[in-house]
Amino acid sequence: MPPFSGVDFYDLTSLLSEEERAVRDTVRQWVDERLMPIIGDCYVAGRFPKELIPGMAELGMLGANLPEAYGCAGLNSVAYGLIMQELERGDSGIRSFASVQGALVMYPIFAFGSEEQKRRWLPALAAGTDIGCFGLTEPDYGSNPAGMITTARQTADGWVLNGAKMWITNGSQATVAVVWAKTGELSDARSVRGFIVPADTKGFTARDQKGKLSLRASDTSELIFEDVQLPREAILPASGGLKSPLMCLTQARYGISWGAVGAAMACYDEALRYAKNRIMFDRPIGQTQIQQVRLADMLTEITKAQLLALQLGRLKDAGRMTPQQVSLAKRNNVDMACECAREARRLLGANGILAEYHSMRHLANLESVYTYEGTHDMHSLILGESVTGLAAF
Amino acid sequence: MRIAVCLKRVPDTTARIVIAADGKSIDETGVKFVVNPYDEYAIEEALKLKEAAGAGETVAICLGGDAAQETLRTALAMGVDRAVLLQSAAGSDGLEVARALAAELKGGNFDLILFGKLAVDDYNHQVGPMVAELLELPCITSVAHLTVANGALEAEREIEGGIEVSTASLPAVLTCDKGLNSPRLPSLKGIMAAKKKPLEVKPVTLGAGSLTLLGLSLPPDRKPGQIVGEGADAVPALVKLLREEAKVI
Repeated sequence: MPPFSGVDFYDLTSLLSEEERAVRDTVRQWVDERLMPIIGDCYVAGRFPKELIPGMAELGMLGANLPEAYGCAGLNSVAYGLIMQELERGDSGIRSFASVQGALVMYPIFAFGSEEQKRRWLPALAAGTDIGCFGLTEPDYGSNPAGMITTARQTADGWVLNGAKMWITNGSQATVAVVWAKTGELSDARSVRGFIVPADTKGFTARDQKGKLSLRASDTSELIFEDVQLPREAILPASGGLKSPLMCLTQARYGISWGAVGAAMACYDEALRYAKNRIMFDRPIGQTQIQQVRLADMLTEITKAQLLALQLGRLKDAGRMTPQQVSLAKRNNVDMACECAREARRLLGANGILAEYHSMRHLANLESVYTYEGTHDMHSLILGESVTGLAAF
Repeated sequence: MRIAVCLKRVPDTTARIVIAADGKSIDETGVKFVVNPYDEYAIEEALKLKEAAGAGETVAICLGGDAAQETLRTALAMGVDRAVLLQSAAGSDGLEVARALAAELKGGNFDLILFGKLAVDDYNHQVGPMVAELLELPCITSVAHLTVANGALEAEREIEGGIEVSTASLPAVLTCDKGLNSPRLPSLKGIMAAKKKPLEVKPVTLGAGSLTLLGLSLPPDRKPGQIVGEGADAVPALVKLLREEAKVI
């Protein structure tokens, strides 16, 4: 497989700074050299390639937008987005690992943690010596996290955690979980607080979710908390209400809106190369109008999505990004990537169903990405509420 | 250990090259430029030697236009300590480039001066050995394995059918071949740190030199292949064509 040279029909590279380009190129080369040779086998075997974690950490991909003072790379949001794009060009599962570690574990500790918590956890998470997971979603409370029934009850010397979380990326391999629980009445969503729970705490168990047909190279688990005793200082002191985990999700969704572009670029690139080489009726299939329409549609949608992601990043760096803008980008870009993956797979004909090619793996992965971090439908409702002022959920 | 690494900014080896209107240069529009791949082995070797010595300085030096600052910053991002740009229009006469580099390197008190064995844009193989000659230093080219100890070095070159081993005392000039090491990627922290490392820009004027570049041309398009048949039955026809048409047997 030749090195990936990107998809850049509108010379958007010229809108990136030298550092942003260098970051993109480093991660792109790493994906070519380390991830692409093994990802097909990992996917078929249903195995997360954890042997890649030290290399990702060494290059600084974990929590890359957090400050250098905590062992992170201190990148801006666009460079962070480009990391997500390049990782997901390889596989959504690997990008999910980095998203969860950075945006859902390191970010809440950075944003809501005490200085002591930051010093204890952030450098270790950046170095990949600790692996984190994020417990918000519950078996019966996915799109409606306000209904969660996991509780943290205050005792004389700390907290007792009870409940279960589901669809937790990195769950089984995590050494630490950031868990959201109600500290007050079940009807009181404002009582939601975040807790740092080391995975070896008594009463904490994680079970692999079996039988996944998507994100097979990613670790997805169920977390169970049975009378988990936590010290007083396990709480993230500055967390308060459902707004706190939703702020984390905004960070992660921001990365996803870039990541999906990477997956779409991979599918387009594969489809284009295949269309030029595959001979049918004595000519390349790329010389038929129907495949040219497919390629033109993909290229157009990818270019639009790239512009959305880049401007969203510039807004984020300027401190002007709104969660609703993130919803628009996540909703559009993931949907766009699903369409590209499906069309690429079809263009590849029978070969397209093989793990040797990448489009069907991306297609299957993207169905999860379409559903997690706010389903496509929920983002529609968020945008609907934003423009009408009327909540439909 | 003080080590200088001389770099060149070259088009990415996967870039599609278009010759400019003057017929003597390439059209740089949309072309991605990179550190000459053989120079990456030189950078990596310098970093490894300094790390092993535990002390010293690594300096990257590049002759080229302002855009070559980016090439130098890649070296800084990989871990080189500081950089010098000898600012000039890139010269096509290797001796003039060597003279400018030698003037900068002289008095720098370097233990080792490393180059890539060739630059992939002109395939000249000449600037490294010329610099050695100008500085009156020993030079070993195309080094594929290196050990440095006690003020001397032992270098292996991969030659046709075998390995040639040479020794030299320091200071020395080496040109680096593939196989010497696996160049590291610039880390994201390294990329951020590179902005804060010193990059000195020194304008230089190259001599007129004794070479004149007349023109560049692309290789002719490859002719389409032909399939003469399948299986053993096709062998006579293939042999006939290889002998009479291709004239290779």
